[in-house]
Amino acid sequence: MQELIDKVAELSGQNLYGCYQCGKCSGGCPSVWQMDILPNEVIRLVQTKRVDDALNSKTIWICASCFTCTVRCPRGIDLAKIMEALRQIHLRRNVDHIDIKKVAQGEINELPPIALVGNFRKQTA
Amino acid sequence: MRIPYYPGCTLKTTAKNFEDSAIAALKVLNVELVELKRWNCCGTVYSLASDDLMHKLAPVRNLIRVREEDGSKVLTLCSMCYNTLKQANLFFREDKEASEKMNEFMYRERDYEGDVEVLHILGFLRDEIGFDQIAKKVKRKLAGLKVAPYYGCLLLRPGEAAIDDPENPSVFEDLFESLGVQTVDFPYRNECCGAYQTVDQVDLVAERTRKMINLARSIGANILATSCPLCQFNLETRQKDVKGKWTDFEEMPVVYFTQILGAALGVGREDLGFELNLFNPSELIYGE
Repeated sequence: MQELIDKVAELSGQNLYGCYQCGKCSGGCPSVWQMDILPNEVIRLVQTKRVDDALNSKTIWICASCFTCTVRCPRGIDLAKIMEALRQIHLRRNVDHIDIKKVAQGEINELPPIALVGNFRKQTA
Repeated sequence: MRIPYYPGCTLKTTAKNFEDSAIAALKVLNVELVELKRWNCCGTVYSLASDDLMHKLAPVRNLIRVREEDGSKVLTLCSMCYNTLKQANLFFREDKEASEKMNEFMYRERDYEGDVEVLHILGFLRDEIGFDQIAKKVKRKLAGLKVAPYYGCLLLRPGEAAIDDPENPSVFEDLFESLGVQTVDFPYRNECCGAYQTVDQVDLVAERTRKMINLARSIGANILATSCPLCQFNLETRQKDVKGKWTDFEEMPVVYFTQILGAALGVGREDLGFELNLFNPSELIYGE
């Protein structure tokens, strides 16, 4: 487990133990209503050696890196980078999070290239 | 004034109206966008993982293209391209070890020194043209408009890449004021639209869209303006999904701010690409 925690710290470049759980990230997150665990809980799970629970959450995939928490954190922690580190740990096991084949063909023709590139960059291995 | 210009893929396809209207509006301001002879995808989303240099190469290659043409600045229109190029440039400047590694990897390219300045058109209009100068060139009073300015995320965050105060920006409002166009104080102006999740989580983005358009409507706006082709797509096209579920929902046109800028500066409606907008705003903008 320590290995996984170290990986999150390395990939995110953040001090995971700097977070004192004030919840400001969750208070301002525009996506929080879609998440199964709160953004501050993601950090707490990593701090308390429950990285797998964080990795299995919906939350890390709902986060679209809008950086609202990043600019507001009173401890200067970039939570968007921690979310990215968790997604990367999942994707680097060579497992896609979405099935491209299931995206409707009609939609693909209509979607802007930045939507497709952004989505596949964030959610495929 | 001539300035090197990086378009990005979406401005050549679904957001052609953004490019066309920006070129037309800038022409009135005596600015010519000189598109880079060669460019590639910026990568769309800036890679946040510390060890991921591979995905930072694409934006940096575009900055090398700028240097190849002896440019020291590059102008972007798309918020996502702006943010990706800007963040990659900042990273390159700050991390010496990584930048050496990246230059080494791109051994067929000339070495990049981190010496290109990445600009977004809004910052460029404010800082290099000046809103007072723009005000002098206004030809048409757009009296029927009440604009909800929508910044989205990537013009403002993260802080080091921001073109304005991340929490309390004013560049859009100031620009519209110089054009004599009314704006509303839009509380959701810097909230995320759901971005790329529009591909696999339509409902999530539709719900955001419903919330934003309804609020804009309730405070008196009749049009929403943005500079991001993904926000524009989400907030306009996803209104169809909203309408399917909420039949009393009232749609609102979502335009690129350059379409309003162009109209105010006297550009004809035929040059502003309104045919690509789902809800054609030309009558609303031109007041006929």
